[in-house]
Amino acid sequence: MAQPQPTPMTDNSTGMSYLDSLPRRVVTVFLPLLVFVFVLLFPFYWMAITAVKPNFQLTDYNNYSPLWVVQPTLDHIKYLLFETSYPHWLWNTVYISVAATVISLVTSVFAAYAIERLRFNGSRWVGLGIFLAYLVPPSILFIPLAIMVFGLGIYDTKLALILTYPTFLVPFSTWLLMGYFRSIPFELEECALVDGASRWQILIKVLLPLSVPGLISAGIFSFTLSWNEFIYALTFIQSSENKTVPVGVLTELVRSDVYEWGSLMAGALIGSLPVVILYSFFVDYYVSSMTGAVKE
Amino acid sequence: MANVAAAEPTHKRSFWAGIGQGRHVLGIAFMVPAAVFLLFFLTYPLGLGVWLGFTDTRIGREGVFIGLENYQSLWGDSLFWLVVFNTLLYTIAASILKFGLGLWLALLLNENLPFKAFFRAVVLLPWVVPTVLSAIAFWWIFDSQYSIISWALIKMGLISAPINFLGDVTNARASVIAANVWRGIPFVAISLLAGLQTISPSLHEAATLDGATNWQRFRYITLPMLSPIIAVVMTFSVLFTFTDFQLIYVLTRGGPLNSTHLMATLSFQRAIPGGSLGEGAAIAVAMIPFLLAAILFSYFGLQRRKWQQGGAD
Repeated sequence: MAQPQPTPMTDNSTGMSYLDSLPRRVVTVFLPLLVFVFVLLFPFYWMAITAVKPNFQLTDYNNYSPLWVVQPTLDHIKYLLFETSYPHWLWNTVYISVAATVISLVTSVFAAYAIERLRFNGSRWVGLGIFLAYLVPPSILFIPLAIMVFGLGIYDTKLALILTYPTFLVPFSTWLLMGYFRSIPFELEECALVDGASRWQILIKVLLPLSVPGLISAGIFSFTLSWNEFIYALTFIQSSENKTVPVGVLTELVRSDVYEWGSLMAGALIGSLPVVILYSFFVDYYVSSMTGAVKE
Repeated sequence: MANVAAAEPTHKRSFWAGIGQGRHVLGIAFMVPAAVFLLFFLTYPLGLGVWLGFTDTRIGREGVFIGLENYQSLWGDSLFWLVVFNTLLYTIAASILKFGLGLWLALLLNENLPFKAFFRAVVLLPWVVPTVLSAIAFWWIFDSQYSIISWALIKMGLISAPINFLGDVTNARASVIAANVWRGIPFVAISLLAGLQTISPSLHEAATLDGATNWQRFRYITLPMLSPIIAVVMTFSVLFTFTDFQLIYVLTRGGPLNSTHLMATLSFQRAIPGGSLGEGAAIAVAMIPFLLAAILFSYFGLQRRKWQQGGAD
C-alpha cells in the first residue's frame, strides 16, 4: 500500500554500535556532528542576532560582544514593515508561489497519470523528456524568456513569474508524482474499471486520495522552489511593488553607501521564515520528495 | 437464442477496444497542459536562446543573423576564458568538498544517535532557506571590517588584522566556494543518507565477523552499494553549481578583478545590464556542452549493476 513515509525514518536499532566504546564514539561521531551542526546553523543565529541589535552595537566589537545582544531592539523589523515595500514583496512572493504551485500541481497530476498509468503510445519517451526538462537550468533560459515575456506584454507583472515558474516546477513534480503513482497497486484501478468507473473517476476517486502524501511532497517542494527563485524575478520584474522578497531585499534594501545590516538581516530572516515553518511541519515529506527525485 | 450468444462477444470486444483506444486519446489529452507549458516556455526558449546566440540582438532592437561572430569574439575574449576557468574551478572545488563533507555527515547521521530526527531536520535548513537570503547573511559574515570570523580568529590570537574576505582574489574565490559548500552539504548528506539506509546491516555484520576493518567495510561495502546514488546526487550538484548565479550575484558580482565571475553571471551582465542579448545568449549556450557531459555521466552512472540489486554478477 501507499504508505506516507518509508519505515527507515524511525530506525532505533542499535546495530553494531555496541562494539564501539563511549569515549570513542564521542570523538568519532558526536564531536564532528556538533561541529557540522554548529557551522550549518551559525549563519542563522548570526542573522537573527543582527536583526535585533541596535546599530551602535553592530560595529562596536570592543565594548559589546558581537555574539550577544544587550537591549535588543525591534527597530530594524519595524523599519522593514512600515517604511519599506517589504510587506508588498512578501505578499507578492506568497501570491506568485501559491499560483505557480497550484498550476504546476494540476498540470503534473494529469501528465504523471497519463505517462505512468495510461501508457499511451510514446509515453516512455515523454517521461524521459520530462526528466531532461528538469535538468535545464534557469541560467540558460532567462535571456530568451525575457524576450518572450516582453513580447507577450507581461513584462514587470506577477503573471510573468507565475507563467515561467512552472518550467522548472512541472518537470520536477511530474517526475515525483510518476514515482508515487508507480507505488500504488494497479489492481485498485482494475477493480474500479471493472466496476464501471471511468478513467476520470479513477483518477479523482481512487488514485488522488491515495496520493495525498505525494501531492503534499510535490506541493511544498514546488512552493519552496518558487519562493527561492531569483534569476527570473530579477530579470522580469522592474517596479518595486511587483518584486519578490529575495529580489526586493537585495535591490532595494542595499544602498551603495551605507549597508543597513540590521534591516538587511531582518529582511533575510523574515523572508526565510515562511519556508522554514512550512518545512518544519513537513520535514518527512520534504526529505522524501528530495530523495525520491534523486532515487528514481 | 443463437443471436444473443453471438452478440455478447462482439459487445465485449468493443468495450475493451474502447478502453484501449481511449487510453491513447485520453493520455494525449491529459498531457496537453504540461506539454503546452513545457513546449512554449521551455523548449521554445531553449531554441530561441540558441538562435539568439547567432544574432546581434540588443535590448530594444531586433537582431540580424551574424553567424558565429559572437562565438568568435568570445573565443578571443580573455575575460571569457577567465570566466570558464573560474566556473570550472568553482564547480570542481565545491563539488569535491560537498561530496566529501556530505558523505561524512551522512555517515555520522546514519549512526545510532539520540535525537536523530532532530539532527536530520536541522541539517537540511541551509538548503531550505532562499539562497539569496542566506547569501546576504554570508555577505555580512564576510564583511571586510566586522566579520565575525575575523573577530573570532583575532580573539584566539591566530591573526592580527581582519581578513579581507571578498576583496582579495584568492580569498574571494575561497569565500564563495565556502558559501556554496555550506548550502550544498545538506542536499548531498540527506540524499546519501537515504541511500545508506537501504544498505542491509547484515552485510556489515558479516564483514565484521570475517575480520574486516572499518575502512574495509566502508571501501568494499558502503561505497560500492552507494555508487549509483552518488552518481545521481553529484550530477545534480555539479549541474546546479556550474550554473550558479545567485550566490555570486549577491556576494561579489564577479569581483574582485573578475576572479569570481561565473558563466551565468557573465551571461547576465552582458545581456541584461549590458544589453547585448545575443552575446549573453551565446555565453549561456556555451554552458550546454558542459551540462550535457554531466548528464551523460549521470546516465552511465545510473546503470545499476546486477550485483547491486542482489543478482549474480
